Amino acid sequence: MILVNLILILLVGGVIAWISERQHPGLPRWIALLVIVFDLGYLIAASDLSWGKISVVPNPSEAATWLIHYKAEWIPRFGISFELAMDGLSLLMVVLTLVLGAISVSASWTDIKQRTGFFEANLLWTLAGVLGVFLALDLFLFFLFWEVMLVPMYLIIAIWGHEGRGYASMKFFIFTQVSGLMMLFAILGLVVLNQRSTGSYSFSYFDLLGHGVTGDMAYVLMLGFFVAFLVKLPGFPFHTWLPDAHTQAPTAGSVILAGILLKTGAYGLIRFVVPLFPHEAMAFSPIALALGAVGIIYGAVLAFGQDDFKRLVAYSSVSHMGFVLLGVFAWNALALQGAVMQMVAHGLSTAALFMIAGSLQERLHTRDMSKMGGLWQNMPRMGAMAMFFMLASVGLPGLGNFVAEFMVLLGLFKVAPVMAAVSALGLVVAAIYSLAMMQRAFQGKPNEGLRLPDYGAREMLTMAVMVVGLVWLGLYPQPVLDTAQPVLDSLIALVGPVAEVAGDPGNVQVAGITK
Amino acid sequence: MSAAMSSVTNSAMNAVMSLIELQSILPLIVLTLVIVVLMLVVAFKRTHGLTAGFTVAGLLCTLLSIPIAVAVGEQEMTLLSIDRYGIFFAVLLLGVSLASAILSWEYLRHRSGRNEEYYLLLLLATLGALVLAFASHVVSLLLGMELLGVSLYAMISYPDKGKLPLEAAIKYLVLSGCASAVLLFGFALLYAALGSMSFVEMGERLVSATDNEVLILAGTGLVLTGIGFKLSIVPFHMWTPDVYQGAPLPVTGFLATVSKGAIFAALLRLFMEAQLHQYKTLLVALSVLAVASMLVGNLLALQQQNVKRLLSYSSIAHFGYLLITLVAGGVLGVGDFAVEAASYYVVAYVVTTLAAFSVISVLSSDGEGEGEKQWVTDLTGLFWRRPLLAGLLTLSLLSLAGIPLTAGFIGKLYVFASGIEGALWILLGALILGSAIGIYYYLRIIYVMTLQEDNKITGSAIPWLGESVALLLAVLVVWLGIFPQPIMVYIGEFF
Repeated sequence: MILVNLILILLVGGVIAWISERQHPGLPRWIALLVIVFDLGYLIAASDLSWGKISVVPNPSEAATWLIHYKAEWIPRFGISFELAMDGLSLLMVVLTLVLGAISVSASWTDIKQRTGFFEANLLWTLAGVLGVFLALDLFLFFLFWEVMLVPMYLIIAIWGHEGRGYASMKFFIFTQVSGLMMLFAILGLVVLNQRSTGSYSFSYFDLLGHGVTGDMAYVLMLGFFVAFLVKLPGFPFHTWLPDAHTQAPTAGSVILAGILLKTGAYGLIRFVVPLFPHEAMAFSPIALALGAVGIIYGAVLAFGQDDFKRLVAYSSVSHMGFVLLGVFAWNALALQGAVMQMVAHGLSTAALFMIAGSLQERLHTRDMSKMGGLWQNMPRMGAMAMFFMLASVGLPGLGNFVAEFMVLLGLFKVAPVMAAVSALGLVVAAIYSLAMMQRAFQGKPNEGLRLPDYGAREMLTMAVMVVGLVWLGLYPQPVLDTAQPVLDSLIALVGPVAEVAGDPGNVQVAGITK
Repeated sequence: MSAAMSSVTNSAMNAVMSLIELQSILPLIVLTLVIVVLMLVVAFKRTHGLTAGFTVAGLLCTLLSIPIAVAVGEQEMTLLSIDRYGIFFAVLLLGVSLASAILSWEYLRHRSGRNEEYYLLLLLATLGALVLAFASHVVSLLLGMELLGVSLYAMISYPDKGKLPLEAAIKYLVLSGCASAVLLFGFALLYAALGSMSFVEMGERLVSATDNEVLILAGTGLVLTGIGFKLSIVPFHMWTPDVYQGAPLPVTGFLATVSKGAIFAALLRLFMEAQLHQYKTLLVALSVLAVASMLVGNLLALQQQNVKRLLSYSSIAHFGYLLITLVAGGVLGVGDFAVEAASYYVVAYVVTTLAAFSVISVLSSDGEGEGEKQWVTDLTGLFWRRPLLAGLLTLSLLSLAGIPLTAGFIGKLYVFASGIEGALWILLGALILGSAIGIYYYLRIIYVMTLQEDNKITGSAIPWLGESVALLLAVLVVWLGIFPQPIMVYIGEFF
């Protein structure tokens, strides 16, 4: 029930926030913040987790070995149940979601002036949907959350977005929805084929893990899942919705999109594509790796070409999420750890950069960097923060992103050295576009007579949370690694035999070392 | 049927059987009586409220008579077969017609003209729809279809004597008449080849008949064409947008739900009982029609500025999706599942479409002139003017687009599953493509509703009864999307 309550709190909180607007237009913000903090507190208090529990390697196909598991009958006609479960990976993602949720409420504190109640409600509902995606282990339920979380997100972009919101929100919805239909096709195909061999319908992850679908059909089904997650990630060549959606969304929308929604794609790859179709994913990995590497370079190059501050950050997301794709398809524990680490670190650093972009837009009413310059003089605190997160995003040692990208590249190098070398080039380009961004926006000649309010206590506090998070991830990443380790171990155990079958000694060896 | 014939020798027995049969067709009898009495009521006192109230009461009585009819068990008669399948659709159609009657009252209340006979036509059309739901014989199928069609011609042009409704009515009359003729000719060919007009017997003879292949194929082709016209399947869809636009809103809603739902119910029964699906050529033809409907319907909906026209093209596309289940029904071993899928999809489509039309209809029932709020631009800023109605319309549009937590999604799930069971990959590809296009125009309406607009209050009347009908339908859309299990169990045991 804990997991159900986690989602329910956010749903009900959204309704309360909506209604509270009648009392005072500022009230919904406080309520939203309180609801998210309460949800986080509830997770910590009620779930009764200890390191001992987390470090147990779960058996992926046995629900009882997971940290928390909840199952209730729902539509027995098709073997659909309301099944939620949490392991170390989902725990990390849930915590990330709630932390970034609170940050996004803070980021939109002064940004949103109209219909605050409905805005905060949509924000909380989006978070509820994302939590559902991270916790659902019934494929029907997973798909349901996957699609339903789009609706409030769509409304956030369409109602409170910037000048091109109509186009951007539509593109965002259609891209995700169409890829979602392909996933629906793959889910149903898997269920129907599984039903032919077992005799009964089941959408449960645990029942489907041992499905006997093989051959071309399995490959097609794997592709169905893969495309849906690749669009969300977003990976080259399906990334084109992202710059539009991120640029047009209000600040809180961008923070949630970049910080959390993109991670659902990465999570889906680790949770579903690899365990459900190990053989097919293995066969597909050269292509996936190539897509990841192309995405890294292409995103970075495009980021360099942008004048729009938000668009630049958006393209940098495309580049950074390429590392996740590399990490997942490098087929060893080290790279996988890097991918998980990247999900957390990129969530924090990009959320902060989008918040800075939002603050700039709020003060200057433009995102065009050619109209900026010398802002550090006016707003030293904001400048310092921008510098910090820019460096984090570039991969400065000692911060979270460095750990993540380093681990991915190290893991990948053992399997595909050429690919790793190409991807490492992305880091160089990242340094170029990030430094260019800093120079154009914050350095140079200040605009005479411009008086801009610097960051205040609320903004600095929000930034501080992310600064501490990134430094902690950079200097002492062990707790995060330990939380994810058992899950990844079980994953490697599941796909390990595949690597041996494929006759690639490198993979098996790496898996052995990291254990 | 056989029961009635075999008991000819035993007159006492015969009387008993007839009584049971009479009891089982009680809903039809009650509805007919209601119509006769209503005619007298209108003749003696012309009051709009009274007539509408009597109509609603009559439909409720018909609904209440269904448990009595069910009590005697399933009855197979020559023309009608009162079984689970028929009862299911009868309840659905009666409910929809009840909602339509209330919406019509709200709509006509503030408009000029004497509209009492309109309700008579509505009840007659409902009677035709009920006959279609129970029809297990070519004669009853044609009878129901004509009763429904002829009432609809008049309904379209009755309340509003303007140019557009008249054009729509004539268009519908001429094309629908042609379709009926084609259908009749098709059935005549089938009768010539098989020597029977009862669905089940046709099926039995089809299995053994191999010498009249050409005749049977021509017959089924013509039948398909005729029914395709009524269901507005591409390429027989030309009349749909004009008739939808020209008809008054409650009538458009009725046409899109009761008429199409009933005709599809009859088609599905014909298809399964007469075992037409064993003709591979027919399946290929159905596949082509399905793909054409999905793509053409969705593509043409893209540019529509009129909500009624947009929904008409959307309904064309939805019947394309629905045809996938029919094609899947032809694959060995998938028949029962296909019937289940098609039945669920019809329910989802009917409830959702009526919900969408009810919102537009309620918006046009605010007492502000004769015009309808039928343009997309009329909906600008609806979220901030009428949040409840905008929310309900959003829900029904999301359901039409097949977003989870709505009936439309479960329907789409069924279509997908039946397509996968039948390995119909091309049709599934068209389904994905069609749905992708579909999202655009449904979302466009939602987007327009979120746009900012001055809070201008229009109209004086608050159509609370119509609003509650819309609310009820939207609740039903969500309910069917979250708890579909009971209905799934019911429709899983049809044939």
